[in-house]
Amino acid sequence: MSVRTTTQREVLGTSALRPDGAAKVKGDFAFASDLFAENMLWGATLRSPHPHARIVSIDVSGAWAIDGVACVITADDVPGQLTYGLISEDQPVFARDVARYMGEPIAAVAADHPETCRRALAAIIVVYEVLPVLSDPERAIDGSTAPIHPDGNLIRHQRIEHGDPTATGPIVVEGTYEIGMQDQAFLGTEAALVIPDHDGFGVEVFVATQWLHEDQKQMAKCLNLPVERVRIVLGGVGGAFGAREDISLQVHTALLALKTSRPVKMHYSREESFFGHVHRHPAKIWMRHHASQDGEIIRIDARFVFDGGAYASTSSAVLLNGITHTQGPYRCPNAVVEGYAARTNNPPCGAMRGFGVVQACFAHEGQMDKLAVACGLSPVEIRLRNAMKTGDMLITGQIMQSVAPVERCIRETDAIPLPPEMGDHPHELDLPGGSGLTADRSHIKRGIGWGVSIKNIMYSEGFDDYSTARCILADGVITLKFATSEVGQGFVTLAPQIARTILGIDNVITDTIDTDIGSAGSTSASRQTWMSGGAVDAVCRIVRERLFEAVGEKYSIDPVRLAIEDTDIIDTVGTLRISVAEASVGIRIDETFEFHHKPTSDLDEKGQGDCHVAFAFVAHRAVVDVDPELGLVKVVQIATAQDVGRALNPLSVLGQIEGGIAQGLGLAVMEEIIMQDGRVRNPSFTDYLLPTALDAPKVIAIMIEEPDPQAPMGAKGVGEPPCISVTPAIAAAIRDAIGKDITRVPVRPQDICL
Amino acid sequence: MSSNEFYNLQINGQTHAVKDAWIGESLLYVLRERLGLPGAKGACEQGECGSCTVFIDGKAVCSCLVMAASAVESEIATIEGLNSDGSLTDVQESFITEGAVQCGFCTPGLVMAVHHLLEHNQEPDEHEIKEALSGNICRCTGYGRIFAAVDVVIASRAEANR
Repeated sequence: MSVRTTTQREVLGTSALRPDGAAKVKGDFAFASDLFAENMLWGATLRSPHPHARIVSIDVSGAWAIDGVACVITADDVPGQLTYGLISEDQPVFARDVARYMGEPIAAVAADHPETCRRALAAIIVVYEVLPVLSDPERAIDGSTAPIHPDGNLIRHQRIEHGDPTATGPIVVEGTYEIGMQDQAFLGTEAALVIPDHDGFGVEVFVATQWLHEDQKQMAKCLNLPVERVRIVLGGVGGAFGAREDISLQVHTALLALKTSRPVKMHYSREESFFGHVHRHPAKIWMRHHASQDGEIIRIDARFVFDGGAYASTSSAVLLNGITHTQGPYRCPNAVVEGYAARTNNPPCGAMRGFGVVQACFAHEGQMDKLAVACGLSPVEIRLRNAMKTGDMLITGQIMQSVAPVERCIRETDAIPLPPEMGDHPHELDLPGGSGLTADRSHIKRGIGWGVSIKNIMYSEGFDDYSTARCILADGVITLKFATSEVGQGFVTLAPQIARTILGIDNVITDTIDTDIGSAGSTSASRQTWMSGGAVDAVCRIVRERLFEAVGEKYSIDPVRLAIEDTDIIDTVGTLRISVAEASVGIRIDETFEFHHKPTSDLDEKGQGDCHVAFAFVAHRAVVDVDPELGLVKVVQIATAQDVGRALNPLSVLGQIEGGIAQGLGLAVMEEIIMQDGRVRNPSFTDYLLPTALDAPKVIAIMIEEPDPQAPMGAKGVGEPPCISVTPAIAAAIRDAIGKDITRVPVRPQDICL
Repeated sequence: MSSNEFYNLQINGQTHAVKDAWIGESLLYVLRERLGLPGAKGACEQGECGSCTVFIDGKAVCSCLVMAASAVESEIATIEGLNSDGSLTDVQESFITEGAVQCGFCTPGLVMAVHHLLEHNQEPDEHEIKEALSGNICRCTGYGRIFAAVDVVIASRAEANR
């Protein structure tokens, strides 16, 4: 299937092609890990082998003695603030007295070759006194263990109480749901090249990141440099999915470069990458739904426990997202929710695509299926009866102001044809377990399951989020500048589409993505189409007004009479028609605009407040084949209808939908960082299983385009919703196939066959 | 570090001298860090993800698993060798037009894998395509647009041969 239609101009609504596509298919595109500088050293990090240990002593003399080693640093070498963090600055640059998770950085080296680095790390002698490991978040919450951090073991507790907390209904269903720790597993592991400048009092940092200005701010504090002496340039990013929002190697690499006065490059191995970034929070969620006899939700009680790991990262925001999405895309007049994000000696958890809502959705969709059974309704009917609409009040008291086509998402998904039944002699690769030839056709059972979700887009709780864009129009050429991180999602495709549409000029140059302009915020929370797209849209409109003024003056026409039609400026009540390219010869217009979304507020002690900006919705229906005896699952088909507002680039949107579904499938049936007493057991692509081409289901996607009047260009973010409800849909399909409750993801063979 | 190995590699039809190398260096490292050929990407170092795919004597292999010095007798082909005349191959072209490229980190390896598949099997069926690409992990696309790109190449080559 090809969704691309050939059009002459790559404006909004067309499947414009990636400007970096040719470089990427040729292997020419410069990822951060491809960068190189003359006289460059390699950096590497020594990490704690223990989840919890007192550091008795560190002897680095052995590393210094190795030929080719240029520098060895520990916590003692950090010139500025010793800790960093996105929300609370609780995470040490290097552990000094105590290591709180397996893989916590202890020291770093710079040397002439990666192998020299490896030997140098092996020569550092650290004496540890191993401490008891706090790996159970419930014990962190109940206060039965000593604090493992000066900030205590509870990162955040938040309660939501809405409506009548004593309301009851004749139908009551409850369940406890568990979600495993998922890794973002971007292909391009963490990498940075840092070049010292300002005579050793500044750095130029080429790094694969999601948020340039946040890196800049945190690095400047730790390096004790003025912010303007830390210039961040986006190195090519090999995927992100949340894992590049926190600091990883930035400060270490910069310190090594400053200490040696030489360029230093750091590039994590896959194993180190598993320890070097935050993961999706493992969670345990209890929910109880009260409903009327005909299935209408009356009240939800819930308790969320998110394991934040050793440091806070974004745990408090992830928790907020989880609990405020308790109800899912359904009306709910009464609710009592308790949410906890706890600190443990597990690896720190933070942002990953879906950001707390993935966990909530697995629980509320499990509940909806239980409710359907209890009420004698189909999974589709129970969801339709409760489907949220614009104007409904959420359990936070916030009114749903976004376009909310929940019912349409469900109905259009339901109308997608089911796949054909498996034949009597299927190809071996179509059987669960694939070419292992272990599954027998006669054992296979097919199941169908549903998941529907709501996802907030943009940041929440009073954060004044913004994005900055600059547009220069000169001699028929547009130059756009922004600090929006391109991680693969395609903002570098979209931004020129916006400019071409508004200004009628096809020649659009995108300037270097760096900190020479104001912040664009993070490439996360499905926010860049709205925020940075909004900034580019607004600045292009300002430039257009300035152009109309110039043209109006030249031709003695009131500028309000001018408009752009395709690539021409026209006088709407006269005869003037001149191409924009021609009209802009000899003119230079240079404007910058900062786009802010509407303000949000904090939640009060009862969890009430307008904390979110906007919402997007999606429905998923999964069809699976299961071998109940072997516990093997094959996801056959995913049908989906997604609320996208407006598909500004349908090919890009489809890419987000299919890619998100694959990640949700991974969480459903294979992806989990396996923990044992705070130890990561599978930090490799051999042992952490990712969906391959053979695991990819047939995806049939419908884009529901109901432009949202609140959204610039009517478009909602589309990145996160695809991965959220596909996971519970697959779990529900497995339940349907085997007739057994499934209460955790990923679903393991033993969950099916034992 | 004491590095004193000298050897030659035949890459994309040219002889490349590797100087002062450490004997333990992988072909991926030597290509990327010593010979200025960074098209092959390292993402797992275990032969699981296929990002580092090159051809050695016509076979698609993970260059992260090959010791460079052991390939001295072989003809090596990398992604950089596909565009010696400056134009894109049909596979590369269709990867762009069908949306098979997002972050692009897996792309060079996948382009190599698709070329390899279609060289040995002009009209593979769906199962053969999936199996041939199952050694290349893509984290962004969910593979749908990659399959679409392969289908376009198969159709256009069949059309050209008619």
